[in-house]
Amino acid sequence: MEVIFQRTKGLLDVPTHYCPGCTHGIIHRLVGETLEELNVIDKTVGVAPVGCSVLAYNYFACDMFEAAHGRAPAVATGIKRSHPDSVVFTYQGDGDLAAIGTAEIVHAATRGENITTIFVNNCIYGMTGGQMAPTTLPGQVTETTPYGRDVKQAGYPIRVSEMLSTLSGAAYVERVSVDSVPNILKAKKAIKKAFELQLQGAGFTMIEVLSICPTNWGLSPLEALKWLRDNMIPYYPLGVKKDITAGEAK
Amino acid sequence: MPDKVLMKGNEAIGEAAIHAGCQCFFGYPITPQTEVAAYMSRRMPKIGRVFLQAESEIAAINMVYGAAGSGVRAMTSSSSPGISLKQEGISYIAGAELPCVIVNIVRGGPGLGGIQPAQSDYFQATKGGGHGDYRLVVLAPSSVQEMVDLVQDAFDIADKYRNPVMVMGDGMLGQMMEPVEFKERKPAQLPSKDEWKADGLKGRKEHHVINSLYLKPEELENQNLKMQKKYAKIKNNEVRYEMYNCEKDVDFVLVAYGTISRICKNAIKLLAEEGINVGLIRPITLWPFPEKAFEEVIDKTKYGFMSVELSCGQMVEDVKLASNGRKPVYFYGRTGGMVPSPNEIADAVKRNIGGAK
Amino acid sequence: MAHQEIIFAGFGGQGILSMGKFLAYAGMDEELNVSWLPSYGPEMRGGTANCSVILTNENIGSPIVTDATAVVVMNRPSLDKFENVVIPNGLLIVDSDLVTRDVNRDDITVIRIPAQTIAEQLGSKKISNMILLGALIEKTNIVPMEALLKALKEHGKAQFYDLNKAALEKGAEVVR
Repeated sequence: MEVIFQRTKGLLDVPTHYCPGCTHGIIHRLVGETLEELNVIDKTVGVAPVGCSVLAYNYFACDMFEAAHGRAPAVATGIKRSHPDSVVFTYQGDGDLAAIGTAEIVHAATRGENITTIFVNNCIYGMTGGQMAPTTLPGQVTETTPYGRDVKQAGYPIRVSEMLSTLSGAAYVERVSVDSVPNILKAKKAIKKAFELQLQGAGFTMIEVLSICPTNWGLSPLEALKWLRDNMIPYYPLGVKKDITAGEAK
Repeated sequence: MPDKVLMKGNEAIGEAAIHAGCQCFFGYPITPQTEVAAYMSRRMPKIGRVFLQAESEIAAINMVYGAAGSGVRAMTSSSSPGISLKQEGISYIAGAELPCVIVNIVRGGPGLGGIQPAQSDYFQATKGGGHGDYRLVVLAPSSVQEMVDLVQDAFDIADKYRNPVMVMGDGMLGQMMEPVEFKERKPAQLPSKDEWKADGLKGRKEHHVINSLYLKPEELENQNLKMQKKYAKIKNNEVRYEMYNCEKDVDFVLVAYGTISRICKNAIKLLAEEGINVGLIRPITLWPFPEKAFEEVIDKTKYGFMSVELSCGQMVEDVKLASNGRKPVYFYGRTGGMVPSPNEIADAVKRNIGGAK
Repeated sequence: MAHQEIIFAGFGGQGILSMGKFLAYAGMDEELNVSWLPSYGPEMRGGTANCSVILTNENIGSPIVTDATAVVVMNRPSLDKFENVVIPNGLLIVDSDLVTRDVNRDDITVIRIPAQTIAEQLGSKKISNMILLGALIEKTNIVPMEALLKALKEHGKAQFYDLNKAALEKGAEVVR
């Protein structure tokens, strides 16, 4: 019998706690497949954040750390510096990376820390029940912006990928989305390229993945995917923001 | 015999860590400990080890978390305000049961405080410091030589119990120079880290997770009880203290650690010239607190104990618990970076003895 | 019994801390117990600097010198600050080129040395600290000159050794 689809070895055979319709599962799978395809599960250490993916350490098959809120890039730095031959990644949400952990991600990037960050942006704090995130869009209603995000009062959303792409230490930064099959395939390609560059010692790599939160957005999964396309992509344009290998012969 | 070298306390800390096999040092500048980081930045790259100046004390302690969790010896150092910032990370390290060494070269507080020597971080160091039910082993050297010895011991104790260890000095110990020797040390018998370290599977079947999250109350309680058992073991095995001038019956016993214990010794000499016999208990482990030292002198001291501190009275609470109402406990302290003279301490002793008479 | 508790004081940049360091090195080589404690912090940036050095064959308790057997001062604020710290019959060495006011104490030995002038004659004002240090060890005998020269050789900059040596010897000579 021909096997046409099976679980990736990069993930453990356990049920996840994610809500129905959440795209974390897809992103986990893309990372897991990448680790398997690059044959690096055996030497990879992942760092989980605080947020919805706090329990990601239960799902990835490689060695894992659970970091304090926002500190994953610093933890990853400690691991990578003491084990330069290992593959190290952080998996962080928008609150973790772009609010409380802003200093850590900026400095890991500017040091050219040879790690890969998977940055899951869904414009909201999921685990705590739907509060405003640093990436919450203007006008977006959340638990703590009940009248819609008023930029005069709460400021503007951060475009993290654009910001980090200005840093010399960043080797590769791309924003992708998992709202459709073609976009998922592009996301996979980007994630794989980031890990490949890490293996080459290129420096800091980050893939920002636009993701949905049906539960806290109060939408069905399909509506949520549409909301992402209609609202997030215009504010957070997809594409490569920085690539030090651009222009090199393919 | 190894040669003696004259070293600044802060630099001796760095060299001692190197001797102890510290693979990674993560630091951030703050007076009066910056020389530790500067020393490590000179030495570590030359011997193929890691020095990194972090973007903050918070990042530095989390880098230690990463390095320690992946199985290598790691250290960070700071001074009081910086140690406050590290407390979050220290709590996670304690919760994940990772071995590491944290140096605190204490300065006066609260807030930005000052930069002169103080001991006002005693509560923070010995009662946990961050959130949750945990303890650090806290070692308090009183000379540059003892800094060298205790920093090396700290790495062993940390590995032995999978627990963070703090070496607590103060600005004076960090800045002063004294002769030190790096004695030949027998390598300690320590448990392997292979059972838990997360540095890649490398053929291992089960993945390792470095973690302090236990969402089920039963599991978290169990983890806490397991840690309490470890702390009980540390209390049994690791208590250290020095008894000075306590062989015979004494009028009074001073209790002091670190810098101020040295000044107490001068005061004791002055008092002896006046026929007043005073002893000293010098805790070397601040946690576990050397309660048993008090049993040795509780019947010998006529007028009780006096805790002498560079604070407004923190260790005195542990002295009271150790005396447990059996003998009076007095306190004398200066704060904010003020360091009392031997005469000042001698006068305080005489006042208290006078009152007791 | 060898026992000296010394304070060196002046402006930052005068070599105050290194005077103390060389003496501490020499004391250590002579198998004395030694400690060296600097003032530290923002006040070091061009302001006043001082260090306390103890050399003794007893155990050292406090490294802070509150009753100095000897004080060396290289500016007026230091004289004001430390004149009264000298114990009765103690020693006070003053750079008389930099400190013009008279010493008030009459129960101590006061030695005034025009260290700047002498240093200039030897070739550089920068070695005035070594002239004072030479005078100090001549008067206190706390360490032999050879020990200090050895410390200078091992821990000082090679290119300044000859000049520093000349200064130390000159300092000892003028108070002999």
